[in-house]
Parts: sequence; C-alpha cells; structure tokens
Amino acid sequence: MQIKSIEELKKIREKSMKKVNLREHGEVSGDQVEVLVGMATCGIASGARETLNAIVDEISKEHIENVKVIQVGCIGHCHSEPIVQINVPGQKPILYGKVDDEKGREIVKKHIKNGEPLKESIIEDTFDRA
Amino acid sequence: MSSFRMNVMVCGGTGCMASDSNEVIQSFEKLIKEHGYSEEIQIVKTGCFGFCEQGPIVKIEPDNIFYVRVHPKDVEEIVKEHIIKGRKVERLLYQEPIKRERIEQHKKMPFYKKQLRIALRNCGLINPEDIYEYIAFEGYEALGKVLTSMSPMEVIETVKKAGLRGRGGGGFPTGLKWEYTRKSEGTTKYMICNADEGDPGAFMDRSILEGDPHSVIEAMVIGGYAIGAQEGIVYIRAEYPLAIERLNIAISEARKLGLLGENIFGSDFSFDIRLKYGAGAFVCGEETALINSVEGKRGEPRNKPPYPAQKGYWDRPTCVNNVETFANIPPIILKGSEWFSSIGTEKSKGTKVFALAGKVNNVGLVEVPMGTTLREIIYDIGGGILGGHKFKAVQTGGPSGGVITEKDLDTPIDYEHLMEIGSMMGSGGMIVMDETNCMVNISKFYLEFTMDESCGRCTPCRIGTKRLYEFLKKITDGKATMEDLDALKQLAYMVKDGSLCGLGQTAPNPVLSTIKYFGDEYIAHIKDKHCPTGECKALAKYSIDPENCVGCTACAKVCPVDCISGKVKETHVIDQSKCIKCGACFTACKFNAVIKP
Ligand SMILES: Cc1cc2nc3c(=O)[nH]c(=O)nc-3n(C[C@H](O)[C@H](O)[C@H](O)COP(=O)(O)O)c2cc1C
Ligand code: SF4
Ligand code: SF4
Ligand code: SF4
Ligand code: FES
Ligand code: FES
Repeated sequence: MQIKSIEELKKIREKSMKKVNLREHGEVSGDQVEVLVGMATCGIASGARETLNAIVDEISKEHIENVKVIQVGCIGHCHSEPIVQINVPGQKPILYGKVDDEKGREIVKKHIKNGEPLKESIIEDTFDRA
Repeated sequence: MSSFRMNVMVCGGTGCMASDSNEVIQSFEKLIKEHGYSEEIQIVKTGCFGFCEQGPIVKIEPDNIFYVRVHPKDVEEIVKEHIIKGRKVERLLYQEPIKRERIEQHKKMPFYKKQLRIALRNCGLINPEDIYEYIAFEGYEALGKVLTSMSPMEVIETVKKAGLRGRGGGGFPTGLKWEYTRKSEGTTKYMICNADEGDPGAFMDRSILEGDPHSVIEAMVIGGYAIGAQEGIVYIRAEYPLAIERLNIAISEARKLGLLGENIFGSDFSFDIRLKYGAGAFVCGEETALINSVEGKRGEPRNKPPYPAQKGYWDRPTCVNNVETFANIPPIILKGSEWFSSIGTEKSKGTKVFALAGKVNNVGLVEVPMGTTLREIIYDIGGGILGGHKFKAVQTGGPSGGVITEKDLDTPIDYEHLMEIGSMMGSGGMIVMDETNCMVNISKFYLEFTMDESCGRCTPCRIGTKRLYEFLKKITDGKATMEDLDALKQLAYMVKDGSLCGLGQTAPNPVLSTIKYFGDEYIAHIKDKHCPTGECKALAKYSIDPENCVGCTACAKVCPVDCISGKVKETHVIDQSKCIKCGACFTACKFNAVIKP
C-alpha cells in the first residue's frame, strides 16, 4: 500500500496507536503485556540477545499468552545493560537494568506471571521526551 | 497538536483521578472556553506522572511548569495568571522538601528530570524495524505536512527560526546551510547524511540510527525537498553493521509505503536514499573528505571555499548534515520553531546528546537542553565519579576539544561557552577523568589518535602531529627538558595555524588545554621526573617504606618478577633494576607500606 495523503497516514497512525499506547503511560486497558528489550549495539554486547532468548523461552514454558516481546534501540542507560522494560496495562512502565538470562526468566515468572516486580533491579528513567 | 501554543497536561492516572483530577479537567475546559482560548490551548489528559502523592498534577507545556495538589477551585487562578498573563502561580508550584528527600525524589519528579529527549525521543521506545510503530508516534507527519502545505522556503524559514545548529561539531545554522544549497545554481543537488562518527567514545549517531532510523530518513526527505534534491546518501561507517541493517530495513519499508520514491504524499516531489559505506577513517567525517570518499576517491579534504553547498558531490550543490541534526527536524516541523527555540540558551537552541563515558557511575547517552551545566550532567545524571574518587577534568569535543576543570563545572554548556573555556562542543563525546588520570598521558592518547588518523595531505598536520606525539612521549618517559615544553607549545600553534582541515587545526587542542590547566603536571614530569598520578609507567618507582612494612610477605607473593625480597616479619625491599612497575605490590599491601611515586 502506498500512502498518498495525510489522511491516509493518519488512518494508519490511528491503527498503529493501539499497538503502542501502552508504551508511554500504561494508559490502555486490556491484558496485553509488553516486554521491551534494548537491542542496540551496547545492549547486544552485554548479552541482550541471550536475555531476549531466555525471556521468550520462559514465556512459552510458562504458557503465558498475552505477552509481546519487542526489540527496541538504545535507552541510554548503557551502564545497566541489558535493559528490559515491562509495560503492564494500567501501570507505569517499569525499567529493569542488568538483566541477564536468569533475571529475565525471573521477571517473567514473578513480574509478568504473578504481578510482583523485582524491586531491587528497577532503574529509574531520568528523562522527559519531546 | 502543532497549532496549539500551549498544552495543559492534567494527570488522568488512577491516583489523581481519585483526588478529583476529572473536575480539574472540566474546570479548565470550561474556563478556557469562556476566555476564548479553545483554539490555542489544548487540554491533555495524561497518564500517571509518577507523583500521585502530590496529585492532582497539572503540567503546563512548553513552559514546563509543574503544579501540584491542584484543586478544581485553583483552576481559575491558573487560567487567569499563568495562561493569560504568563505568571506562575507560586503557591501551587512543587515545594522542595528538605534537601535529602529532594534528592531521593528527584528522579521520580518529572519537574527535576534534567534530560529532555528530542533527538532520542523514540529510542528505546519503538521497534526500529517496524515502520508502523514510528508512524504511531507521529512519524512521517512532519513530511506529510511539509509536502502538502509548505513551500521549500517555508521549511527553511522554520528551521532557521528554530535556531537549529549542526550537531556534527561545527554548529553551523542548519536552516542557513539549506538556504545556501537551495540558492546555489544547478538542478541536480544532493542531501548527504554524515554518519561517520569518528570521535573515539562517541556513539550517539549510531544509537539514533539503531533505535530510530526513520526519524533520519524522514528528515532527509524534508531536507531534500527544502534544498531541491532528489537523492539522498547516508555515509555510514562499515563498522556499524546493526545500524546499517536497520537503516536498510527502514528504507525498504519507507519505499513500500511510498514515503520514499516517486510522488511522495501524492505531490510531485520524488526522493530516494542510498547508503555508502565508509572504511572508518576519522578524517572522512570531515565533509569535503567525505564527499571525496563517496565519489570513490581517497578520503582527503578539499580546500574550502568552494563549500559543498556550492560545489559538493560531483561538483553539484550538496548539503551535508549530521545524524543528530536530522533527528531534530521532524519535531521542529510538527511543534513549530517557537517551541524549539524556547529550549536552550540565547544562541544555542534545543538539546544536545552526549555520550557520557570514563570515570562516571552512569555511563550512557544523555540528552539535555543546551545550557545545562557540566555539573548537572556529571553529578545529577551521571551519578558522580566512579568509586568515590575525586573529579579532575572532563574532555568534551573528543580529539578536537580540550579539558574542562572543576572551576568551570557550572558553565552552562552551549557552543559559545565551551569555546570560551577552551574546549568545544564537538559531536558529543564526554569523557570524565578522576585524580588517577595523568593529564600528559591523556593528551598523548589523543595525539596518538590524531597522528594515526591524519590523512597526510598537508605537512603541518602529517609531520606536526607526529612531532607533538614524540614530545609527549619524551615527557612521559621522563626524558624531556623545559626547552622541549616550549617547543611543544610553539609547534602546537604552528600545527593549528598551518593545517588544511579541521583535523589538523584542532589536533593540538588537548595538548594546549592540558598545559594550560595542568601545567604543573607537565613540569613534575620534566623537572622532577615524577608522574603525580603514577600512570606513566616509565616514571613510576615503587618502593617500600620501612616504617610501615610489617613483613607480611604479601607483596613478594604477588610480584610477577620476584623482585621483592625480605624475611617474614622483616622489612621488604624492591630490587629497582628488575621491577617492571606493574603495581601489583601496591595493591597487595594492606599496610600502606608500598609507596607509589
Ligand atoms: C576531522 C573531522 C571529523 C569530523 N567528523 C564528523 C563526524 O564524524 N560526523 C559529523 O557529523 N560531522 C563530522 N565533522 C563535521 C563535518 O565536517 C560537517 O561539519 C558536518 O557533518 C556538518 O553537519 P552539521 O551541520 O549537521 O553538523 C568532522 C569534521 C572534521 C574536521
Ligand atoms: S590537516 Fe591533517 S587530516 Fe586535514 S588535510 Fe591536512 S593532513 Fe589531512
Ligand atoms: S605487603 Fe606491605 S607490609 Fe607486607 S611485606 Fe610487603 S610492603 Fe611489607
Ligand atoms: S611493581 Fe610489580 S614488578 Fe615492581 S616490585 Fe611491585 S609487584 Fe614487583
Ligand atoms: S544501547 Fe542500550 S542503553 Fe545504550
Ligand atoms: S496518578 Fe497522577 S501522578 Fe500518578
């Protein structure tokens, strides 16, 4: 499909919005949980690929259906790579630092499955977005 | 969204809803309508600000004013005082609690968040390989707006008024560059994106391309339209495979949706982008060398003038802009030049991304409004110096910049101020050093880099950087005299004055600025043959203090060359002729008996 006018772009945007509404504010309802894994060079170098694989694996092992794993770019907290963000509808997104594969599995089991965030691994984001 | 001059953001999170934020929203709606501002002021119900305890929260944008505990009856005052007269309502502002608490709350308080992300707005938020996610965050709307409702000159005016300056290092006004290229004669013109990023330690451009490639693509099309180009080229170093892969995916997705190619947005404007891989030479980041390299020639700078805007790629008018510069364009088009120019300092608008590295706790990417101080970046965002050490200096501008010391930490950073204190903005590398870093060694490190990267075209740079390096080596080896130091300084100025391109012109900066601020360290190396930090191995001389040594043998055990002798419970001695200065004994001794120079 080719976008030939702003109206068409806006239509596509509306459709795509649903997908990402959760991202910033945790505003949407429903039960789709998102897992964002920082997969820029520095993330991958510190093991984000292993973390990602472990998370995907654990999700399927635990038979959790409502989770989407998304690869994103650099979040800027390179000192705490690998970085994982969990977006649960209706809740403020939570950012985890230094998530190795084991911690990735723990996040799936505790946070996603049982709704208990891993307090000690949470990092605060320190910026506003334009 | 763009036509509103002000946004009133009222928190609609669960916490604030419980404390009547719905009524607050209703009062705003009612009062703003009554005063006839509905067209100009938008009321936005947002998600939780993370400060529910102080709710309901109201934030006024772009003023970035944060009101707490706003009751429905307070709304009238905010509308009359702030919105109409532009005065803050003091009593509703967030009050700093006692100092300690403030620090604890700080990161949670958007009010205190020091970072503002414009160029990095989507990084870490969207899937860079999915164009629909970019679109969901207003992606390609700026392009749509430009192609359907703005003339090229209007685009240029907007960018000029915004005050955006090149983020590749020079800080040249972007709108002006676009205007020059547009006004140059010729029908075939080119838009080039400089993604060479050669500054050691810098990785902001890579992160943007990896995290949000569409923002650069969209901006290149907008720029192409503004200057009258049909073709864009991204010059990217081959060492950035992931950025290349994501760019390629993004370009093909954009083509599929008709956002690149023929008749974009149904207009008669056509534009496409291709990649050109660089071999990773620092000098190829210099725009004329870059153009040579794209043409398949050696990456050597050309003389300027003529500038690329007049005669660039294949002698046609060419505009070269940096990745981060581009990433700022879509928000400027959408939110307007006034929004952008309201951020930053008088002559430097918007934000700058820095790659914070070295001896600081939170190494990473930061994007702060121009005018933020180095102290804020290093301490508030960077979390202070690693391992509780003492701050010594910070290098900005990479190999072209200089060191900044404690006394200038409160300087607001922008292009002008950094020049004033003897450094420069550069592309955004920021390396923090503590008291264990030897400044002579640091400048030697940068000189070694520029010496290796000199393209060799002109003598002052080719030979000069090598001689500068040799002088520095002599100093750190303890073989230099005070005459050498004078000669070093003189040569530094000669290289600056005599070199053809920016590489040579700025290469001596690290030397000159370290001499200026840490002259005593140079003198210690030369006169006392002593490196105050112990970093220069050739000058290091480890010895054992008989007063403190208890004869525990720990040092003798770790010495890799077995040059420490002594019996148990007796003073130990180092055989200087064999010592390789590894420092292992110094670390091993628990009694402060090993003396480091
Ligand atoms: C030695 C040298 C290296 C440079 N390296 C880069 C670079 O890696 N990336 C970049 O964008 N600009 C670099 N520049 C600046 C470019 O020449 C040019 O000014 C810039 O790409 C223009 O874009 P801007 O106006 O958007 O900043 C370098 C300049 C010199 C002298
Ligand atoms: S200053 Fe150095 S890098 Fe620049 S043209 Fe001369 S030799 Fe080449
Ligand atoms: S480790 Fe220290 S105290 Fe022990 S023998 Fe060596 S110098 Fe003496
Ligand atoms: S510095 Fe290294 S080589 Fe020298 S005495 Fe100490 S441990 Fe041995
Ligand atoms: S690349 Fe992940 S935070 Fe920097
Ligand atoms: S609900 Fe308003 S700040 Fe959290």
